[in-house]
Formats: sequence, C-alpha cells, structure tokens
Amino acid sequence: MNFSETRSDLTLMLIFSAVVLTMPLWLAPIGAGYPDLLQKFAIFGIFAIGYNILFGLTGYLSFGHAAFLGIGSYTAVWSFKLLTMNVLPAIFFAIIMTGLFAALIGFISLRRSGIYFSILTLAFAQMSYNLAYSVLTPITNGETGLQLTLQDARILDGPAGAGLPSTELFGISMSGYSGFYFCAVVLIIAFFFSLKIFRSPFGMKLQAIKSNQTRMKYTGYNTRPYLMTAFIISGMYAGLAGALMAVTDPLAGAERMQWTASGEVVLMTILGGVGTLFGPLLGVGIIKYFENIFSAINEEALHSFFSFLPGFLENLLVAITSPFVGEGWHLTLGVLFMVIVIFLPGGIMEGIDRIKKRYRNQGTKTTPEKE
Amino acid sequence: MSNLVLNIKGVNKTFGGLQALNDVNLEIEEGKVHAIIGPNGAGKSTLLNCCIGRLIPDTGTVTFDGKNIIGKEAHEINQMGMVRVFQTPEIFPDLSLLENVMIPAFAKRDGSYNFSMFKAASDEQEIIDEAEKMLNDLGIEGDHIHSNAGSMSRGDKRRLELVMCLIQHPRLLLLDEPTAGMARHDTNRTIELLQKIKESGMTKIIIEHDMHVVFSVADTISVLAQGAIIASGTPDEIRGNPVVQEAYLGGAHL
Repeated sequence: MNFSETRSDLTLMLIFSAVVLTMPLWLAPIGAGYPDLLQKFAIFGIFAIGYNILFGLTGYLSFGHAAFLGIGSYTAVWSFKLLTMNVLPAIFFAIIMTGLFAALIGFISLRRSGIYFSILTLAFAQMSYNLAYSVLTPITNGETGLQLTLQDARILDGPAGAGLPSTELFGISMSGYSGFYFCAVVLIIAFFFSLKIFRSPFGMKLQAIKSNQTRMKYTGYNTRPYLMTAFIISGMYAGLAGALMAVTDPLAGAERMQWTASGEVVLMTILGGVGTLFGPLLGVGIIKYFENIFSAINEEALHSFFSFLPGFLENLLVAITSPFVGEGWHLTLGVLFMVIVIFLPGGIMEGIDRIKKRYRNQGTKTTPEKE
Repeated sequence: MSNLVLNIKGVNKTFGGLQALNDVNLEIEEGKVHAIIGPNGAGKSTLLNCCIGRLIPDTGTVTFDGKNIIGKEAHEINQMGMVRVFQTPEIFPDLSLLENVMIPAFAKRDGSYNFSMFKAASDEQEIIDEAEKMLNDLGIEGDHIHSNAGSMSRGDKRRLELVMCLIQHPRLLLLDEPTAGMARHDTNRTIELLQKIKESGMTKIIIEHDMHVVFSVADTISVLAQGAIIASGTPDEIRGNPVVQEAYLGGAHL
C-alpha cells in the first residue's frame, strides 16, 4: 500500500462508480449488456469483494462461503413471504442472519488455520447444504427450493392482488435494468466499505496476520478476534450477495450452497488477484462472462466466424476450437486459470502491474524489473 | 535497592528425561542490562520461552512487575510490557518497512484488539511520524521506508525487528542472540544500536554467544550451564571466575 494512493481514493470511488453504472453501455458490444448477466456481475462482485476481505487480507482460505450465500437467499425469501416485498428488510435480515451464522462457524473453524481451517469451513458448508436439502425441508422447501406463493402472509403489504407480487423498492420493481442498477449501487457501497477496510489500521493488521501470525501475537495482538471480525464481515458480504440473488429472482435453492459455488469464488479471487482491491471483480467478470457468453457459442457460430477462410481450413479451425466453447467452456476457463496461476501467481492484477511498471520504466530508465 | 522488573524463582522444566532448567533463580533489576550466557543446550532459550508464555515451567514462579505471568498468553505478556526479539528475524515480510513499525505502535496505543475501519492508516500522523523517526535513526530514509521488508538482508531484518520492539517502549526487552549469524560489521552496527538503547535506561535481558557483544553492553551477566545458573555478577567478576571458565570457555582466558 502506497500512502500517496489514499489521497486519490475519492477519485477512485468516482471512477469506480462511473464504470459500474455505465456497464450496460460498454458491455453491450461484447454481448454482455443484458440485465440478467449484469445483475450477476454486480452480485458476484459483492460476494468476491467480501470473500477477499477474509482470504485476501488474512490468508485464511474458506471453502464454505457459499453457505452464507444460501443463508442470505433463504432469509431474504422468507422476508418476502412473511413481511413485505420491499427489498430493504430482506437485505437487512439476510445480513444479520448470515452475520450470526458466520460468528458460529467462524468461532469453531478459526480454532485451526491453514488446510484444517479450509476443511472445517467446507464441512460446515456441506452440512448446511445437506440440511437445506433434506432435514430442514419445512424451512427450505428442500429440492424444489423456497418460492413465493399466493398464500404467503406478507403482513406489512396490503391485500394481495391477483398473481404473484414482484420484489420492489418503494414501488420500483426489482427486475430488469432497475434490478441491475439497484445491485450496482449496493456494489458501489460494498466496494466503498472494502476500500475503507483495506486502508484502515484494521486492514493493515489483517495483512500482518497473513504475513506473520506469530509475530502478531508477540506484538501484543489477540489475533483470534481480528480473524473473527474478518470472517463475519466477509460472511455478511456473502449474505448480502445471497439476498440480492433473491431480490432479482425471488427463490432460493439448496444448490446455491454447494461446494462448487464456494470453489467458484475462490477461483474468481485467485484469477483476478488475491488481496487486491479490483482483482476479485475482474475475476468475477471473466468467469461470469465465460459461463454465460462462451457457453452460448455453438458450432454454427464458429462456422460463421471462420467463414472467410477456405473450406478445409474453416472445418479444421472449428474442429480445434469447438471443444473450448459451448458445453466445453469450462475447458477454456481451466486453461486460462492454469496459465494465470503458473505465470502470474498474483492474478490478472499482477499482470496489469507488470505492464504498468514496464511502461513507467521505459519513460525513466531501463532497470530490470524484479518481482 | 532498585525495583525488580522480573523475578524468576525456582523454575524447573523437563523435556522427557532431559532436565532443561534446574531450579533457576534470577532477578532482573530495573534499568539494568542483564546478559545470560552459556554453551549450546544450556537452557537459555528455554528460560526465555518460560518468561514469554511459549512454555510453561513444571514448577516455580515467574513474576513480572509483581504479577504472575505463568499461563498468560503471548499477547497479554506483550501488553504488560515484556517484548521479545527472536533469534530468527520475525517480521512481516509482505508489508512495507513503515507498516512493520506501525503495527507494534498500534498495539501499544490501541491494545490487543481494536476495530476501526473508518480512519485510514495514512491519517494516523502521530504513529507514522514516530515510526518514520525510528526508521530514520536506523538509517532508512525517504521512499525506502515503503519498500517490502521481506527483501532486506538478514542483518537489516533483525535490526528492523529490534526497532519494532523498541517502538513499544517496553518495560523489559528480551533479546535472543541479536547478532547470531551476522558478519562483523553487521554485528558492530547492532552493538551501536544496543548501546543507544542502553543509554535510554531500558531494562533488558540479552542472550548472546558473542562475548564481544556481551561485554560491551551488559551490566550483569549470569552463566547458565546444563540448566542451572552457575555464576552471576558483573562482567569483570564473570571474566575472572574460574568455574565459568571451566564450564563455558573450556579453561581458556578471556
């Protein structure tokens, strides 16, 4: 962290807000400018930012954050069912509820560090998943998932009209672009808090724990409460993301808590750059883009893409590339992930830093770079 | 008689069949630099670990400023004012030099836990000024204070760790072989730093192999051999003590 950077934090926030709010414009040319995907970018962005506060700052690799995502969703849907379709109480309760669960899971898991911590969180998440799937069916509606029905109480809303109501914020429906802009504003606020934590002495201490926990203890810090705080905050971020999933699409299913979802956020953070401010967001962008856009490319689209080539070459290139798109988008992602982890252990952000450095060095002097 | 800062009474510690400490009694007076010397395996580090909360002695008491510290956790003992420099440099290699020194300063000011995310670390001007001053005293200036601590030489790391401990203004500073594995000129720089601290009147326990270091900074010396203290006294008394020469120096004259 460079101290001169902090003075420009306001500028940073303004640029960040502008970039996020204009996403529909600049993502449209690459085919990602539709509300459904934009909402996902914002929601998973929040999830990854929060995850990065734990993993990026303290180095504690949680493999169970999807559990908080699920808990947030269930709580939000219950708020829609029992209280009101207004999204604010839903988000509020989701954050509180995940905070409580994170306190419980963190209290137990943080007794261990390293791989044992990861395994404990993974065990908790899988337990939550299986509970949601089977034992807790009255609360979670098991396999079908928790949905809105016409019989729901919704005690704060007036008498129900015909058909299922939709989520709203003081009359504005939370679907389509309005849903995206709502998520985008929440993302900006979430990013602001994360920036504050990164810049604060608290954030510095979390990084010090990652760097040398023994020294921290002998320097007079009780490290457990610091880790607890980071764990709870990142759990609450995940709960917020889960609530927003329910806001944009009011249903909650157990599959949201499965370990693959926990693994996804780990991939996103590592791909973008662990412990950097923007890295996790880049990771989210790339993974969600691949998931939604690459998976939609089929052989026909490839043929038309390569149609300017002579026939046999066209067929050859299509044959080579087709396993990497459509159903095979995971393959592309996997290759990309391996390339990044091997050549840029600091993720895409490290790549950007290197390019910046090279550019700067050319301006002043040609010193060999080291990192 | 001056105040006792640390009082070690009848401390025993065994590992399996090995008696690492055998009825050790030690009194550390305020403002004194007390050196503990002894051959390898004499129990010096074990004794230090019993003081700092890493090990719990089998029997005996350790009181710091009149308060029992056995069973207390490392961070509690630090907050009481006993701070330790390790034998292998324990710093924060991923943080900048300035941050390395700011962290202990925060611990001193804010205690063992403090959650505040709304004030930026860069706005903590007092702490930054103090940390910068201490780094400047070490000869680290300008942009260099923002470079990574992990990229420094071993000697610099050890001196950084010493500064990290000093910024906490400890009542008692424990130094575990501050010059081990250092080249001669490196050792001399560390001695300079230690002598500067000596002038400040800080109470210190120093474990050291290098006799040059011991005799240039210590007020009192205790000799540990096979887990027991065989002699205690001023550097001159120790120098002339035949028992010490036999046990530790193999009969050679200093």
